[in-house]
Amino acid sequence: MQKYSFLSLIKNAFSGHKGWEVAWKDPTPKKEYDVVIIGGGGHGLATAYYLAKEHKITNIAVIEKGWIGGGNVGRNTTIIRSNYMHDENGLFYEKGMDLWRSMSQDLNFNIMFSPRGIINLAHSDAQMNAYARRGNSMRLNGIDAVLLDREEVKKKVPVLDFSDNVRFPIFGALMQPSAGTARHDAVAWGYARQADSMGVDIIQHCEVTGFDISNGKMQGIKTSRGDIKTKKVGLCVAGSTSILAEMLNMTLPIETHLLQACVSEPIKPILDHVVTFGAGHFYCSQSDKGEMVMGGDLDGYNSYAQRGNLPTLQHVLTEGIAMFPFLSKLNMLRTWGGIMDMSMDGSPIIDKTHIAGLYLNCGWCYGGFKATPASGFTFAHTIAQDRVHELNAGFRLDRFNTGHLIDEKGLGTKTWIS
Amino acid sequence: MLYIKCPHCGLRSQNEFAYGGDASVKRPELNKEISDQEWDEFVYLRKSPRGKHLELWHHVSGCRQWIKVLRDTSTHEIFNTYKSEEKVG
Repeated sequence: MQKYSFLSLIKNAFSGHKGWEVAWKDPTPKKEYDVVIIGGGGHGLATAYYLAKEHKITNIAVIEKGWIGGGNVGRNTTIIRSNYMHDENGLFYEKGMDLWRSMSQDLNFNIMFSPRGIINLAHSDAQMNAYARRGNSMRLNGIDAVLLDREEVKKKVPVLDFSDNVRFPIFGALMQPSAGTARHDAVAWGYARQADSMGVDIIQHCEVTGFDISNGKMQGIKTSRGDIKTKKVGLCVAGSTSILAEMLNMTLPIETHLLQACVSEPIKPILDHVVTFGAGHFYCSQSDKGEMVMGGDLDGYNSYAQRGNLPTLQHVLTEGIAMFPFLSKLNMLRTWGGIMDMSMDGSPIIDKTHIAGLYLNCGWCYGGFKATPASGFTFAHTIAQDRVHELNAGFRLDRFNTGHLIDEKGLGTKTWIS
Repeated sequence: MLYIKCPHCGLRSQNEFAYGGDASVKRPELNKEISDQEWDEFVYLRKSPRGKHLELWHHVSGCRQWIKVLRDTSTHEIFNTYKSEEKVG
């Protein structure tokens, strides 16, 4: 594989950029693979990469219905953080933070990781207490957390509305300085390129139409480009998990919902951090191009449509303007939607299933992007070793039945209903 | 914008409604021994189909009645709406 570097850039510039190799091939599916990963998004490609890198399994196909990076890995708001209270989540996402920090070097692909810090605003004394507790839990798990008072927030984010007559005055914030953003397309492309170079077949425009299971064991899959034999299948299709689950006669603790995001026209640098509203659901950061990247609530009803409705967008942006009054003067550049697996406790599922050789990676709710490396790392372990890694041991499929929920927000089931 | 025809009030915008989830889910019977599996199915497990979905909506900023809506989850098309006690044929 060609190495990307400053030197290779100069070299290729002199030859008119005609010497670049393709980043990944377009292979025809083989008859049989050791492992088939369904879903060529961030998680699927990362899983294939770590299977090849950590477990030396390279006879792998990644099957993608559309094109790689066309789903949620290219539709999120690129936020990376590990500011969770519960051990299962905190330790898992902190492993992810370690992988994010070295990802550009690992993948020889500039993913533009920018640890600019995330600031969760608090709007009451009670919320400050809750954040102090969460911050302490984070620090016990080795995650950086700083409680900011109102003046400190004002220094870091002067464009917030600090006037006296706001409905939700800013009392302070919880900050994770090591959190940040990354270029999401580069993450998909970087994993794809490395996986491909190690022998993984990335098969795009290939839809899974069925499974071949006998005696409770995985034998293969049926696709729009022919049948493929395999003993191990990993499902990484968050958003569409319930559709494949139906083919497998499984009912999951998941509903598929629609989440919108949007960007404003580009403006000069004004916001140095990722900032979230504490009295509703709104988050905002500024991209390297200068666009304000914003998102918030789900549309709120079951949906597989990758496009949203205006009432939700209006609701979300009302919160945004309450936080940053200057947003009202900006033009909207783009809005888009993606579909998410909403799990019933708001935490993901990475586990084996009752079918031998079928592994499940789903239920990422709003937070799949930041989990990409840790999800791939632990899911690869789960598939290769046929047992869960200690970091995903809590993300069990049967935890809803046994009562071992990881209810980060303490909201009970249907955490998305507001 | 979705427009939902409330069987009591007529066609209204989605702003007046709150979503209540899958209407085909049945609570286990009262005064009966209920297994963990049955609770699991009632509380957590959902079919979440792509296509026709019978669901509950609450006309919370209107007549405050719960209604059933038959809607397509991939196109958002609404086929029919029903009163909560109405049989869906």
